[in-house]
Amino acid sequence: MIKSIMLVGVGGQGTILASKILTLGLMEAGHDVKMSEIHGMSQRGGSVSSQVRYGKKVLSPVIEIGGADMLVAFEKMEALRWLNHLKKGGMAVVNDYEIESMPIIIGKIDYPEKINEELINKTNAKVIDAVSVAQELGNVKVMNMILLGVLIKSMNLTDIDWEKIIRENIKKKFIEINIKAINIGMTI
Amino acid sequence: MKKLMTGNEAVARGAYEAGVHYASAYPGTPSTEIMENTALYKEDIKAEWAPNEKVAMESAIGASVAGARSFTAMKHVGVNVAADPMFTFVYTGVNGGMVIITADEPGQHSSQNEQDNRNYARAAKMPLLEPSDSQECKDMMKVAFDISETFDTPVLFRMTTRVCHSKGIVTLEDRVNVPLKDYTKDATKYVVVPSIARQRRVKVENSMNLMKKYTEITPLNYTEINNKSVGVISSGCAFNFAKEVFGENASYLKLGFTNPLPKNLIKDFASKVDKIYIIEENDPIIEEFVQTLGIKCHGSDTFPYSGEMTSDVIRKSVFGETLESVDSETEKVIARPPTLCPGCPHRGIFYELGKRKNTFISGDIGCYSLGFAAPYNAMDIIIAMGASISMGHGAQHVFNMKEDNEMRVVSILGDSTFFHTGINSLLDVVYNGSNTINLILDNRITGMTGHQENPGSGYTLQGMPTKTIEIEPLVRACGIDHVRVIDPNILDEVNEAFDWAYDLDEPSVIITRFPCALKSFSPEDKEEFKGAFTEKCIIEADKCTGCRKCIKTGCPALSFDRKNRKAIIDPAQCVGCEVCLQVCPVEAITKEVK
Repeated sequence: MIKSIMLVGVGGQGTILASKILTLGLMEAGHDVKMSEIHGMSQRGGSVSSQVRYGKKVLSPVIEIGGADMLVAFEKMEALRWLNHLKKGGMAVVNDYEIESMPIIIGKIDYPEKINEELINKTNAKVIDAVSVAQELGNVKVMNMILLGVLIKSMNLTDIDWEKIIRENIKKKFIEINIKAINIGMTI
Repeated sequence: MKKLMTGNEAVARGAYEAGVHYASAYPGTPSTEIMENTALYKEDIKAEWAPNEKVAMESAIGASVAGARSFTAMKHVGVNVAADPMFTFVYTGVNGGMVIITADEPGQHSSQNEQDNRNYARAAKMPLLEPSDSQECKDMMKVAFDISETFDTPVLFRMTTRVCHSKGIVTLEDRVNVPLKDYTKDATKYVVVPSIARQRRVKVENSMNLMKKYTEITPLNYTEINNKSVGVISSGCAFNFAKEVFGENASYLKLGFTNPLPKNLIKDFASKVDKIYIIEENDPIIEEFVQTLGIKCHGSDTFPYSGEMTSDVIRKSVFGETLESVDSETEKVIARPPTLCPGCPHRGIFYELGKRKNTFISGDIGCYSLGFAAPYNAMDIIIAMGASISMGHGAQHVFNMKEDNEMRVVSILGDSTFFHTGINSLLDVVYNGSNTINLILDNRITGMTGHQENPGSGYTLQGMPTKTIEIEPLVRACGIDHVRVIDPNILDEVNEAFDWAYDLDEPSVIITRFPCALKSFSPEDKEEFKGAFTEKCIIEADKCTGCRKCIKTGCPALSFDRKNRKAIIDPAQCVGCEVCLQVCPVEAITKEVK
């Protein structure tokens, strides 16, 4: 059985690092893994997605519409943007965090209201304030590891040695805080 | 050993294992990481950034002729730049094997067009390989060098965005020791004066004829017979997308070697299956070939003519619907276009330039392309790398023909783009005398593709310090008499330079010099730009009148609190470029005191 996980957000939020850690862990656990992401222009503050698929033998690296078992949104409007990729009955984890896009910043349009309600209605989404948790840990950037922790627990992947993966792939001075963050995520 | 790799990493690994000694490229999404990863094999491969794709291609040709296995890599439009030497190198053939990697962009994620470079293989009469995932990238790269040497021709290696940027598990092997070959002087092979070139034309045809036999037997082309009611013929990433949809309910002819195409293999496959789908990305190249064999098939009548042939696209085209998703109908989603980053040294330029009347702004390819968008709206045209200065030149000539003309042309490009092909255009401006204003935005690095060194940055791809090519003397040597170098973050300096240039009847160059806010500073940058990006800007809320002037600088670190009618600066994003500070009419924005 192939599982498909989609991590979406805004360029610069750390979706790529989170999906890298995820894929390396899945590989260590003996799965075939494929992952897809788009680099380049969209990274400059644009909408980004990383797609991870794992199982016995994975063919396509891209999650199709209606093909994701899980959608992890690092920014809540992005959850809505990519919602059509979530399969019926799929699960959503949403960071309760707003990043205004340029049309909103320059006052052309307001940031949409009641996104959390819509997501909970449609997907029974788990809404998480990862920013506050990350700030308590001392670095807002580790919200990506907190969300990864939530994802790991939701997908029953807690048996994998995530600490080891983090130690091997993250700069030394950020290892401990990232381990703390992923562990806290797994308890939320 | 197994490793998770992108296609770009895998292709670099393939080059390493194949015994490559030399490689050269110009960065361009989605190809950039190929050469960055090749550069990591420092002990064995000399890997370089060339100023443009043509130079990269020619350097790799020289390396091949001198006796090394070599390769070059570029994005699809880069091949247009490099096409001239490529076509004729097919005539001379190789000494050490040579591979030309083209990274195409079905779906145009980061590109100005969607050209299908498989057409080049046909036009130039060269062999074409199309890997579908990371493991194939590595394996096919090794085969490509054997093909190149066997058939005495460069090989075109077509990747696409999803092949380049998707990761899969790859089995690593050791490097094969391929010694540098002897070089033997042979004008009848390498000197393409017409009398020799006409003979080499025969060689091209002979090689092609030999490859028509090879394509029938190479394991790169293979069939997989399952259910015979549907037969899928496919290449590249589209093969995996198709297999995801049809699974074992279809049989497959998987094509990895796609020029020349295997006539007999296709006929044989067609005779075994009932209904044939050709699933390929971009142009109907395989489809049209299959049709010439008199075989009925479905391709462009069923699938879209453009974009990626992902599983949902195939599913919708063949079965009429995608997989069932959660209810995703929503009107709430607002566009999130890419933007200039906080602290981008281009911001002040576009903020001021967008306000100038009677100005035609000729743009170029790079982060500054984003100057076209709101709130700046400061760009009239973008076409190709290095095109800004020459398009501006032609436009200014024609504006000047019009009665009572007041239109002035400002041409804009970056440091790396100027080195790429902007220099030639500037020569034209001087030689043919147009009074354009030419703006070179020198942010000390190649920005958009993710910070690659270039001739102006002082370092090579493999990290060696090298001579820094200074733009100002270069521009003067091109014959420009009016040159200014300014700090783009000081708006008065920007405006004064514009006023000065607009008043001239002769061509001018304004060079801005300030590093990209995301660049890791070299020791030289640290010295020259001491204190840059160290203190953030803050807003004194009681002074802010809510006029939103700062918001119009288009900085993502700024937002507007509608309830309290005050501007806000996000301290996590602000890097303290001070553009908003200069725009504020009531001095509500100041620098934080550390």
